Amino acid sequence: MKYQVSIFNDLTEFLNEIKDRTGYDLKECYQCGKCTAGCSTCFAMDKTPNQIIRMIQLGMRKEVLESKTIWLCASCETCTTRCPREIDVAKVMNTLRLIAQSCPEEVKISSEVSDVPLMSKIFLWTVKYTGRLYDFGLIALYNNLSGNFFKDMMKGPLMFKKGKLSILPHKVKNIKAIKRIFKRAEELSE
Amino acid sequence: MKYAYYPGCALHATAIEFDKSTREVCVALDIELQEMEDWNCCGAAAAHMTNELLADSLPAKNLAIASKMGLDITSPCAICINRLKTANKEINESQEIKEKVSQVIEESYDGQVKARLLLDILATDIGIDKIKENVIKELKNLKVVSYYGCLVTRPKDVAQFDNVEDPQSMDNLMAATGAKAIDWPFKTVCCGADYGTPRTDIVLKMANDILSMAKDLGADTIAVTCPLCQMNLELRQKDVEKEYGEIYNMPILYFTEVLGLSFGIEPKALGLDKHIVDAMGLLMRKGLI
Ligand code: SF4
Ligand code: SF4
Repeated sequence: MKYQVSIFNDLTEFLNEIKDRTGYDLKECYQCGKCTAGCSTCFAMDKTPNQIIRMIQLGMRKEVLESKTIWLCASCETCTTRCPREIDVAKVMNTLRLIAQSCPEEVKISSEVSDVPLMSKIFLWTVKYTGRLYDFGLIALYNNLSGNFFKDMMKGPLMFKKGKLSILPHKVKNIKAIKRIFKRAEELSE
Repeated sequence: MKYAYYPGCALHATAIEFDKSTREVCVALDIELQEMEDWNCCGAAAAHMTNELLADSLPAKNLAIASKMGLDITSPCAICINRLKTANKEINESQEIKEKVSQVIEESYDGQVKARLLLDILATDIGIDKIKENVIKELKNLKVVSYYGCLVTRPKDVAQFDNVEDPQSMDNLMAATGAKAIDWPFKTVCCGADYGTPRTDIVLKMANDILSMAKDLGADTIAVTCPLCQMNLELRQKDVEKEYGEIYNMPILYFTEVLGLSFGIEPKALGLDKHIVDAMGLLMRKGLI
């Protein structure tokens, strides 16, 4: 009995956290499985999208935030388009990624998927310091930080020859303004 | 017809043929594109999954530039337009977000600039009749499947364009060139998005599904409007072939390249020589150049 009560407390807490952040009440999900049926990447996930929603209903916060699923969701929006309860499942997935990143002490991201947020961070560094995506810098930094030193390196010379890759970044003129956007967005999000 | 032109980062790098063909096709159709001064990256999926306020602010900075130009924005890139439209929607729906974004970008932006996908402008505003008038070389032998991917029609309330599950706009444009537009069930499936580097295995499987369906249906090429779809299907095609023991040798063309070719524009001016899988060779085999 005691056990059930503790689950019940956690249950509303996590549901409320998701509702506050997304505007969706996941109690409305009736587990039809349509989100999973159309999911682009569920072949690679450890939990299907409808299982993730069910686990949120059951208050399984840590298990959800440590699932590989949230990092393998490609934000394709198919689930959102088809959910008969009009739940924005893709937004829920993105919110879970944001929550997982905000509490690194509590949530351990599996090494099988940790390159996904790493890649995003590097992408954004290149934007912060040049104003635009800097492909060469992105791949070089990724390879160094992930330990996959030669990843995609074979494609470089061909892309270079076709004029599709430049060694130097295309910087915007007003770099300072872009850096301030990053700084303020971080400050105001806290 | 005049628009503020937002090429986006890919069109200045991996997708130069998309930039070239866009400019050429717009000249032919009397659409004036004025490239925005000092535009910045839209943040793509990376900002979206890292910081929501940043994900709205990077596009808003560009929308504010267009607002000062007194023009609406167009880009041929499905991702950029999705980010610009999403930022607009969030700014318009929440006063709090609008104020925060203005603080971040250090200027006010009222949410009134429209961002339109070039495909939408060509299919909706220019229209099939005018496209047909410009066709001087019918692409009779070319068989094309149109691939919209995720963001042309989804999310529905952001994209507000075409049929969400079975879009027709690109198919109609392809048919207008005289090419055979083949109907297929993979119009809006996902290509694996930006998992190409962090989880190559996933993208190779998804790209193989799409390429093998196109091949089974006899398509010569897949027409696209997203540089990321193009990259997963073309730049990674050799890896897909190796992993799955198939041979595709299928160039993935931007829909603007196909249009431009039918308008009689020089293939090199459209960037058709820039493909990683030989597009010029395909066109030669088809007797189109
Ligand atoms: S489609 Fe909607 S209602 Fe059905 S299982 Fe998924 S989230 Fe629940
Ligand atoms: S948005 Fe994510 S969870 Fe939803 S269908 Fe696409 S990959 Fe699956």
